[in-house]
Amino acid sequence: MMLEVCTELSIWAIPMAIVIIILSGLWSKVKVYEAFVEGASEGFYTAVRIMPFLVAMMVSISVFRDSGAMQFMINYLSPCLSLVGIPEVLVPLGIMKPLSGTGALGLATEVLNQFGPDSLYGRIASTITGSTDTTFYILTVYFGAVGITNPRYSIYVGLFGDMVGFISSIYICRLIFTN
Amino acid sequence: MNMINIIWASFLLTGIIYAAINGNIDMITNSVITAAESSVNLSFKLVGVMCLWLGLMKIADKAGIVKIITTILQPVMKQIFRNIPEDHPAMGAIIMTISANMLGLGNAVTPLGIKAMQEMQSLNSNKAVATPAMCTFLAICTTGFTIVPATVIALRSAVGSVSPAEIVGVTIIVSLFTTVMVLIFDFFCRIIYFRM
Repeated sequence: MMLEVCTELSIWAIPMAIVIIILSGLWSKVKVYEAFVEGASEGFYTAVRIMPFLVAMMVSISVFRDSGAMQFMINYLSPCLSLVGIPEVLVPLGIMKPLSGTGALGLATEVLNQFGPDSLYGRIASTITGSTDTTFYILTVYFGAVGITNPRYSIYVGLFGDMVGFISSIYICRLIFTN
Repeated sequence: MNMINIIWASFLLTGIIYAAINGNIDMITNSVITAAESSVNLSFKLVGVMCLWLGLMKIADKAGIVKIITTILQPVMKQIFRNIPEDHPAMGAIIMTISANMLGLGNAVTPLGIKAMQEMQSLNSNKAVATPAMCTFLAICTTGFTIVPATVIALRSAVGSVSPAEIVGVTIIVSLFTTVMVLIFDFFCRIIYFRM
C-alpha cells in the first residue's frame, strides 16, 4: 500500500508540476512559450560557470578515492567506530556519502546485495542514502554558480549534517526495526 | 587561509602520496583526466535540466504561483532567513527550492537552488564570500529533506526487497532530525564566526 502510494507519487510528481505550472500560466494570461524561453536562456551560462568548480572538486575527490587513500582511512577508522556501535560494513558508505553521490549509491547497492534489502544493515544503508544529500557536490555547484570562493563555515555545517544523518540513521533504525 | 583550500589540497596530496608509496602512481594521471572529463559531462548534463526548470519557473513566477507558495511558507522561512527582506525574490527562490526538494522533484532542485543563490548574491556586498543566509540555505540543502526518497525506493525494489518503501518513515524522521540539528549548528557557527 505504502509502496504503491510512494511509487505513484514519484511517477506523477514531475508531470503534475509541469501541468500545474502551464495551466496556471495560461489562466493568468502569461505568454507561456516566451516566458519559458526567457527563463531557459539563463541555463547555459550558469552551467558553464559551474564547470571549473566542478572540475576542481571532482578531480581532487577522485584522486583521493581511486588511489586507495580513502580505503586506507576507512580500514583505519572502522575498528574505532565499531567500538561506539557503528557497524564496520557501513563505514565506507558514511565516508563516501558527503563526497560522491554515485559512489555512495554504489556502496549502498553493495550492502543491499550482500545483506539483503530487508536486513537491518540493508535498511540502515537505505536510510543513510535517502536522508542526506551530497555535501561537496551541492557546495561546489551552488557556490560555483555565483562565483563564491570562500564558503566560510558552511563546509563544517554540511559535514556535521552528514555525521548526524549517518549516526542517527543507525540508531533510529536499530530502535525501530529490531523489535 | 580558508578551509576549502586545505581540504582540496589534502585530498589531492594524500591521494598522490599514497599511490606513490604503494607503487600505483601510474593510475593518478588516468584518474585526474577521467575525473576532469566526467565533470564537464556532468555540467553539460546540467545545461538541459537547468534550461527546463528555469524556463518552467519563469512561467510559474509570472503566473503568481511562486508568490502563493511563498506567502504560505513565509512565516517559517522569515525566522530562518532573517537577513533577507520579505518581498525580495531571494525568499521566493529559497522557498521554491526547499519545496521542490521536499516533493522529490529530483533534477529540479539544483537549478532552483542555483537561482536562489544568485538572488542571494545580489544582496551580498562581498561577492567572493558567502553570506550567513547562503550558509544557512546550503545547510538545509545538504540535508536535502525529502518526503519520498524515490531513488532509494527504486534501488530497494530492484534488489528484491519485500517492502521497498518501509524506510520512508525512518528517512523522514532522520532527515527532519538532521535538518533541525544542522540549523542549530549553523546558528552557533554564525554567532562564533561573527564574534571573532
